[in-house]
Amino acid sequence: MDPPPGIELRGLVRHFGERTVLRKVSVSVPAGATLAVLGRNGAGKSTLLRILATLLRPHGGEVSVLGEPLPRRAWAVRGRLGLLPHEPLLYRDLSGRENLGYHARLHGVAPRRVEELLEAVGMTERAAEPVRLLSRGMVQRLAVCRAVIHAPSLLLLDEPLANLDPAATGLVEPLIGRSCGATRVLTSHDPRAAMAEADLVLGLQDGRAAFVSQPDKVEPAAVERLYA
Amino acid sequence: MRDGRGGGGDGRGPGTWRTVVTVLRKDLLLELRGLDTLPAMILFSIVTFVIFHFGLNQETIAGQEAAGVLTVTLLFASMLGINRLFVAEREQGGFDGFLLAPVDRSALLIAKATALFLFLVVLEVIAVPAFALLLLGPSLGPPLPGLLAMLALGDVAFAVIGTLVSAIAVQTRARDLIGPIVGLPLLLPALIALARGIGPLLAAHGSGTPPGKWVAILALYDVVFALLSYAVFDFLLED
Amino acid sequence: MTTYGRGLRGLSLLTVLTITVAFVLVFFYAPLDANQGFIQKIFYLHVPLAITALCGFVFGGLLAVMYLRTGERKWDIRSYVAIHMALIFGVGTLLTGTIWAKASWGHWWVWSDPTLTSFLIVMLLFATYQPLRFSIEDPERQSRYASVFAVVAGAFVPLNFLAVRLAQPYVHPRVLTLTGGNLPGPMRLTFVVAWLGIALLYVTLWKYEMAAKSTRMQVRALRRALLGEDAVAPLKRSAAPS
Repeated sequence: MDPPPGIELRGLVRHFGERTVLRKVSVSVPAGATLAVLGRNGAGKSTLLRILATLLRPHGGEVSVLGEPLPRRAWAVRGRLGLLPHEPLLYRDLSGRENLGYHARLHGVAPRRVEELLEAVGMTERAAEPVRLLSRGMVQRLAVCRAVIHAPSLLLLDEPLANLDPAATGLVEPLIGRSCGATRVLTSHDPRAAMAEADLVLGLQDGRAAFVSQPDKVEPAAVERLYA
Repeated sequence: MRDGRGGGGDGRGPGTWRTVVTVLRKDLLLELRGLDTLPAMILFSIVTFVIFHFGLNQETIAGQEAAGVLTVTLLFASMLGINRLFVAEREQGGFDGFLLAPVDRSALLIAKATALFLFLVVLEVIAVPAFALLLLGPSLGPPLPGLLAMLALGDVAFAVIGTLVSAIAVQTRARDLIGPIVGLPLLLPALIALARGIGPLLAAHGSGTPPGKWVAILALYDVVFALLSYAVFDFLLED
Repeated sequence: MTTYGRGLRGLSLLTVLTITVAFVLVFFYAPLDANQGFIQKIFYLHVPLAITALCGFVFGGLLAVMYLRTGERKWDIRSYVAIHMALIFGVGTLLTGTIWAKASWGHWWVWSDPTLTSFLIVMLLFATYQPLRFSIEDPERQSRYASVFAVVAGAFVPLNFLAVRLAQPYVHPRVLTLTGGNLPGPMRLTFVVAWLGIALLYVTLWKYEMAAKSTRMQVRALRRALLGEDAVAPLKRSAAPS
């Protein structure tokens, strides 16, 4: 039996007008593995995540996510992936519970899942307050819930632990951490922390894949060059 | 190894109508919480009636003149609503949240157009009696059914074009300006049909039914632009 | 990449020739109109400009459909050029129309003329095309949104004419009908030649601008390939697709 599919990128290209933002990026991520994407601001990390999330179309090369080629089969894979971008994607005037209820319904997920998640991240007491009244750490916890509300097989995490205190980090770990079992792609401004949880590391420099290797085989000098 | 089941979905989202209802509920809830758009539209309409009173310097107006004042006021009030329609989506990540869901994307168009239509109906429930009170000479009783029918058709036109134009405008830099300058010329045929259609109704001894040709034009406009909007809306969402 | 410059010289010569012939016909061949006199001759400029402008808008809409279907930039550039050429011809239509209106009916503008009014509304709509494009910075999104606009606006043209026509008793002189018109022979010939001249002018100018834009794009691509990405400064925010 074939192993379950993860992510396959072959020569991925993406432009912005005349500029090329991603140049022929190739990487292969097996199912269940974690890929850490390192690079400076503007190196193309968020663009890469958004392409994998089916929010942007690839302009060249081949992209296959969970066995489905993009953009042709984007609609088929959308319900199985979860994106956690910089913005929480929550409506400030609605409560945490209302926000999660909205996303649950959009994904065809049972309402009790909302309560399960709220309890898992310790937000049940404050779930009825408008999001604009919550601290950034709490908002981030709700954002994590939103990202995993439909139990996705692929997680795309853009600096997932930003704004979280150590206690909260522990609460979200079962949902989006290594132990959750999903295939994961994560970016982080802290290369060491990212590499500590990764099975594979991709270094992006000016849209090019500077290196792709396992964390223990990455040269520290190569990482430094990325951020130089 | 996760298979995506158990409390989560199997990757398939709700059907189109359920998605429309979900988005519509969310928008109505947001408006109820914020209560900024609808009160502004209502206040704007009433103030505009007062302005017209002084601008025209007449105690009452009737017939085509009255139809013109009412139609133009409703049109400009709807512009206020149009400008706000997608702002929350753009500024609070609503587009991304929706686009990540495994749903039919046209549902967003239908939901937003329905929301705008409902706002316009609520607006008219208050603005039309206010108009009758402040400006209209003839009684509103006899022509009311015909008037409501024409206004309903007109609201569909404002809602469809308004949603389309708002979705375009929200992604531009000159957000609040692009909506009206593109939307108003597009709505002109509908405006003509609506104003000319209710003119005879508001006349001193007016008939109770609007002239057939204007009903037909307005209905045709609604159908054509509803279909056209449905056809092109996806292109506004994809990237 | 298509070479727009091919055949351009021949086309230009043909255009100049046709316009010259039309000019001669208008001033020396076509008879004087009994009612309106000499000023009626502006009709040979006004109506061809109007028809060409409207066809240009619809043409731009069709090209936009091709862009939405294929995603290839060249269709968007073609659509953009078609629409902004049509806008220029449209301004010409409105100017010649008001001159004619003043001379014939004594007013610079007559609302009771449905064709002129419809045309004004169409122009007001398409005048927003460039501000709209200018207002979107992401080039791909700019092309996509502009194409959506062009399609909707193109569909709007016939509906608008219908609504305005029904709204007013017409005063606009009806000289062209589906059966070929009630123009007497010499006038009809002159009109056809004038129309041909204006249409050829439109096509020639369209090709010229396409050639210029296409060349500029290729030069920039070559410079980027030779000198590296950073050596070529990005174009300033503009309404035109680059």
